[in-house]
Amino acid sequence: MSKISRRKFVTTGVAATAGVSGIAVAATLAKRYGLVPPDSGGIYGPGETLTYAAQRLLTKHSLAREFPRSMISKTPFANELAPFGDAFKKHQAAGFADWRLFIDGMVAHPASLSLSDLRSFPVRSQITEVVCEEGWSYVGQWIGTPLVEVLNAAGILPQARYVVYFSIQPDWWESIDMADALHPQTLLTYAMNDGDLPVVFGGPLRLRVPRQLGYKSVKFINHMTVTDSLKHFGKGLGSAAPEGGYAWYAGI
Amino acid sequence: MLSDVSDAASPRNSNPPRHAAFVRVTHWLTAICFFALLISGAEIVVSHPRFYWGETGNLTTRPMFKIPVPASRNLVPTGYGYVMPDQNGWSRYLHFQAAWAAVLTGLAYALWGLWTGHFRKNLFPAPADRTWRGFWRVVATHIRFTRPDAAEALSYNAVQRAAYLLVVFVLFPLVIWTGLALSPGFNSAFPAPVNVLGGRQSARTLHFFVSGFILLFLIVHIVMVVLAGFTSRMRAMITGTMITGTMITGAMPAGATTTGTMTPETSAQTSTGATIPESAIEEARP
Repeated sequence: MSKISRRKFVTTGVAATAGVSGIAVAATLAKRYGLVPPDSGGIYGPGETLTYAAQRLLTKHSLAREFPRSMISKTPFANELAPFGDAFKKHQAAGFADWRLFIDGMVAHPASLSLSDLRSFPVRSQITEVVCEEGWSYVGQWIGTPLVEVLNAAGILPQARYVVYFSIQPDWWESIDMADALHPQTLLTYAMNDGDLPVVFGGPLRLRVPRQLGYKSVKFINHMTVTDSLKHFGKGLGSAAPEGGYAWYAGI
Repeated sequence: MLSDVSDAASPRNSNPPRHAAFVRVTHWLTAICFFALLISGAEIVVSHPRFYWGETGNLTTRPMFKIPVPASRNLVPTGYGYVMPDQNGWSRYLHFQAAWAAVLTGLAYALWGLWTGHFRKNLFPAPADRTWRGFWRVVATHIRFTRPDAAEALSYNAVQRAAYLLVVFVLFPLVIWTGLALSPGFNSAFPAPVNVLGGRQSARTLHFFVSGFILLFLIVHIVMVVLAGFTSRMRAMITGTMITGTMITGAMPAGATTTGTMTPETSAQTSTGATIPESAIEEARP
């Protein structure tokens, strides 16, 4: 082995060792500071982890763009829905009078809130864009109560890390981390464009998460669980989206 | 031109690589990433092959234009009566992972290029070509389909330099910018990049067009590589060598004459194992 190639061999070895240990340190730090998404396993794990970690470092408290009233879409697009189950149809027939939102898990006071209970919380209205992963979008005015208000009333326990939320429709559930759950624009939405929230847009109750793609804004919410781990929900990937092949974190 | 060539090659090393190892590695990493981005990007586009301008756009609004392909979602009216298989899940995962790999590779390449003077030496136009007249002389040579001279195998001509500069410093930054402008999370922290483009749908349309320009570059790039001598150019970008070293040293006096063997014709001969004829070396000299 000539002198030059030995030197090259040594420097390459040192660089490789530094690289590998750097990645190991970064991974440990990322885990400790909650920068690893629940679907970080598998071949696309590195990309997802980079996206989620980068955004949590840069956008933890940033606000989704809001628009003037003049930009509210005249013809918002109601996406296709799976056929309604019997549970939903019964509520629909009763005008959603008995619709309730259950909040349990790591909260001091588990609660069951009617729609009028929710209306007694502070009201917030925002004009934000619904962005579908397919590529289309529309702007709407969304009216409801910030999720953080309801969570504070229920008393979040300090070990809470995620909020899992379920639609009354089967197999439709998502989860968000506390950065999004406590975010002022994450809205338990019951009205839209100055009227009740139409069923096709998720009425009577939809969780709007405007900093993420539309599929995180689950329609017909009736149950929420505050938790410190997503391991025991579904397949442990965080939500229904990764089970269907889509990223858990949709802030891209 | 010969003096340019010996400048580009290190005078101390009689047989320097045509492309530095760093360039070769980042070139192929970028190629793999771009291929992944292209396939996954196409998959994502067919879920809504309609394009708009401004902030919003959906099936209830008029598109600026449509791509005439069947969609992978049944709600999109395409007139084909056929819905393509929906591959958005893995396509999106792959698209963003490949985007990260491409951006990190590009960042490493840019830092390396600035540090080593690669951009200054190999990509910015050679002194002789820095005038419009010099540039058009090279363009005219191309248009007349004149065979490139020997020096071109060792150094880029002005048109190549312009094309590579356009891709490295214009198209790639633009495609990253328009891509980031499609991220609602990124937009919440940095709204200006999407707002100056005129809104989300404008950013999406521009992302599509910029990607199209990069694809166009890729097609031209591959055609040129084939025309200039596929085997020799591929070998230069994979191993860094133009032809096997023993043949060079065997056929010629060491040092200065290595530059004479680099025409596509001679390298095609050598790739079959024949030694380089002295006449070819002479011919190749300007």
